[in-house]
Amino acid sequence: MLNTLMEAFALISTWEVIIALLAASVYGLVIGSLPGLSATMATALLVPVTFYLSPIAAIATIVAASTMAIFSGDIPGALLRIPGTPASAAYADEAYAMTRKGEAELALGAGVWFSAVGGIAGTLSLMILAPPLAEVALSFSTFEYFWLAFLGLMCATLVARSSPVKAIAAMFIGLLVACVGIENPGGVPRFTFGFTDLFGGIEPIPALVGVFAVAQVMRAMLTPEPPPIPKRKFGSIMAGQWRLTKKYHLQMTRGNIIGIIIGVLPGAGADMAAWVSYAMSKRFSKEPEKFGTGHVEGLVEAGASNNASIASGWVPSLLFGIPGDTIAAIAIGVLYMKGLNPGPTLFTEKASSMYAIYLMFIIANLLMIPLGIVMIRLASHVLRAPRSSIMPVIMLCCAVGSFAIGNNMFGVVTVATFGIIGYVMEANGYPVAAMVLGVVMGTMVEQAFVTSLIKSDGSILPFFERPISAILAAFAIGAVIWPVVVWLWQRLKRKSPAVTPAG
Amino acid sequence: MPKITRRAFAASSAAAAAVAAFGSRPALAQAYPARPVTVIVPWGAGGGTDATARIVAALLEKDLGQPFNVVNRTGGSGVVGHTAIASAPPDGYTIGMLTVEISMMHWQGLTELAPKSYTPLALMNEDPPGIQVSSTSPYKTVKELADAIKAAPVGKFKASGTGQGGIWHLALVGWMQAMGLPANQVAWVPSNGAAPAMQDLAAGGLDLTTCSVPEARAIIEAGKARSLAIMAPARNPVFPDVPTLKEAMAIDYSTGAWRGIAGPKGLPADVAAKLTASLKKVYDSKEYKEFMSNRGFGVVWGDAAQFATFMDKGDAQMGVAMKAAGLSKA
Repeated sequence: MLNTLMEAFALISTWEVIIALLAASVYGLVIGSLPGLSATMATALLVPVTFYLSPIAAIATIVAASTMAIFSGDIPGALLRIPGTPASAAYADEAYAMTRKGEAELALGAGVWFSAVGGIAGTLSLMILAPPLAEVALSFSTFEYFWLAFLGLMCATLVARSSPVKAIAAMFIGLLVACVGIENPGGVPRFTFGFTDLFGGIEPIPALVGVFAVAQVMRAMLTPEPPPIPKRKFGSIMAGQWRLTKKYHLQMTRGNIIGIIIGVLPGAGADMAAWVSYAMSKRFSKEPEKFGTGHVEGLVEAGASNNASIASGWVPSLLFGIPGDTIAAIAIGVLYMKGLNPGPTLFTEKASSMYAIYLMFIIANLLMIPLGIVMIRLASHVLRAPRSSIMPVIMLCCAVGSFAIGNNMFGVVTVATFGIIGYVMEANGYPVAAMVLGVVMGTMVEQAFVTSLIKSDGSILPFFERPISAILAAFAIGAVIWPVVVWLWQRLKRKSPAVTPAG
Repeated sequence: MPKITRRAFAASSAAAAAVAAFGSRPALAQAYPARPVTVIVPWGAGGGTDATARIVAALLEKDLGQPFNVVNRTGGSGVVGHTAIASAPPDGYTIGMLTVEISMMHWQGLTELAPKSYTPLALMNEDPPGIQVSSTSPYKTVKELADAIKAAPVGKFKASGTGQGGIWHLALVGWMQAMGLPANQVAWVPSNGAAPAMQDLAAGGLDLTTCSVPEARAIIEAGKARSLAIMAPARNPVFPDVPTLKEAMAIDYSTGAWRGIAGPKGLPADVAAKLTASLKKVYDSKEYKEFMSNRGFGVVWGDAAQFATFMDKGDAQMGVAMKAAGLSKA
């Protein structure tokens, strides 16, 4: 073991690997922090570069760029209310509210610090627990996935600040969007109106970019400039973090664990981890009324969660070649291209390469702290820049980023359309984040439900028979019924005049 | 550091514009290729098709001395990229990688495009479907599995490997028909590709998968699944223990997912000949063979004419299978 570790150190301490790691880190940070350009895109654009690198350097670029980009997606989320990735969408409102309160450094510092902690926790789980975690992943059939995705959707109502009815309505719009295309269980084109571009459906990323970034630009054009945030020196970024770690260590640990478990399940990934953790944080918080007003607690838990899931998402990728999310799918391609074929033999015959991957994960997460601080410092200037100079740049980034996804104009049109949809929804008090969640989860809910029914010949009993499925079903049904019970109880209480109405 | 003056900048941009204008003129006198060539891939970065296209492009670049740039035109389940290849100007500066979907999508009424819409250049690869069961499955050979399927009521057995009407679905239909069974004897459970199907097989949600053996490789090596047979004329040298259907149960049925290089229809004959000759060199190279065998991908060569016949034959075979499965709109 020690020998392998030494070999792994030797593998990564070459100039090529170090330069690749550093350059990819900076690249990932920059791409992730630009509104409209996503972590998935950052990784996809690296593939041609990895072709010319040695195997370890190639993996280094993917590891570093994806780790950095997921964190730096929090930066535009906090500063401009434009989340860089669907994983940041869960708490972008919260982080932006903190910025408006003048606590931008605390919000972003929490992002960098708890992302790094989460990333390292995820890596440790990958190192120590890979085989048992893989067993967890392999015990999930479509029945379990259905309940999991259902629970994910329920988070839309839990995290929304607006009325739950409007949150559910927004989520249903998202589900409707997820119906577009032929990538549904029936393989039949739906809502494509004869356009071949619509066959592939609407990807979550262009929808996200549209409803957040483009809609934000539209709002900026129509509303007067908000009162500038009091001009002052941007305070220390890491100062309050140790205090937060001590205060919220329970939330942090819970976020890490949830992130690791969700990350291991192929198809769920960082997006769902962030949503579930944010919703759990609010549900179990001692002060849930503070959520949405610029309260750091949810940020701690969700930030710890989504980065933990990135590393643990590599478990099914490395052991079985099953990608956890779109980034892992690209990473698997690169592994194959470099002769590091996923499979258990990777852990035995090429153990030093595996350890090199672990080490790179840890280095990337440690590097994230200094590089992230520099990035935050640079990005904080946008708070002082006039809106008239920022908004056109955001539009440009959106156009370039959406074009780069599929190398065609369709992405640009999609983003523009969702900008308008997002603007109208937001103006009427419908939370757009809930819609994005619907788009992300819609395919999974439908796929899992329909294929489960095919497998059970139309019987719904197996949804409750399998043990894990039954537990998840209990959670999901409980999450639906609980608010109704509370509401009924409060109504009954209100009817008896002796009791003061509950706020 | 020299200062960039406005005049120098203007001069250099004029020069750049002139170069661009000259470069884009049809290079009549010069030998093909006189400028960089675009290689369109209808599937995403990091996938098997992308990887194959990139190794082919890199080797073409080495042979022909001009950059061959791979561009991923994704979306529409491959329709978008295939359309981009077919509608490019036929000058040899835009070629692309065709995949088996081109002989399937038009039967489903998803596109007008068919193998006839292209100038075939070379067939580079074909991967036959395998038949995989979970390691906890009672069936040790494909014969046992087939007998159990025959004895069971229609739809009792569940299989997966790709989406509804995808290549592995049609492979299953073809196999059922070759055994004289109805197309829906085994129910198809659509999935988002081979990896989720293999995961569900290991999780106990399915009876068998019909994806290719390289796609199932990692799970098989993890001891969670077994491959019982492949639907190919010969064994795969990377997986020598997996028999063909013909050896195991005397059924002569084979199909596969293939990849080839083609240009838009009406490519000049000399350009096409030069590309096919260069692709032959790529195919014969050690780098290509090593790359493909490392991934477990099958290598099959077909020159322009052979590729065209191959696609026509496959197209007709797909039509029969899709009609049987009730997937065809034609």
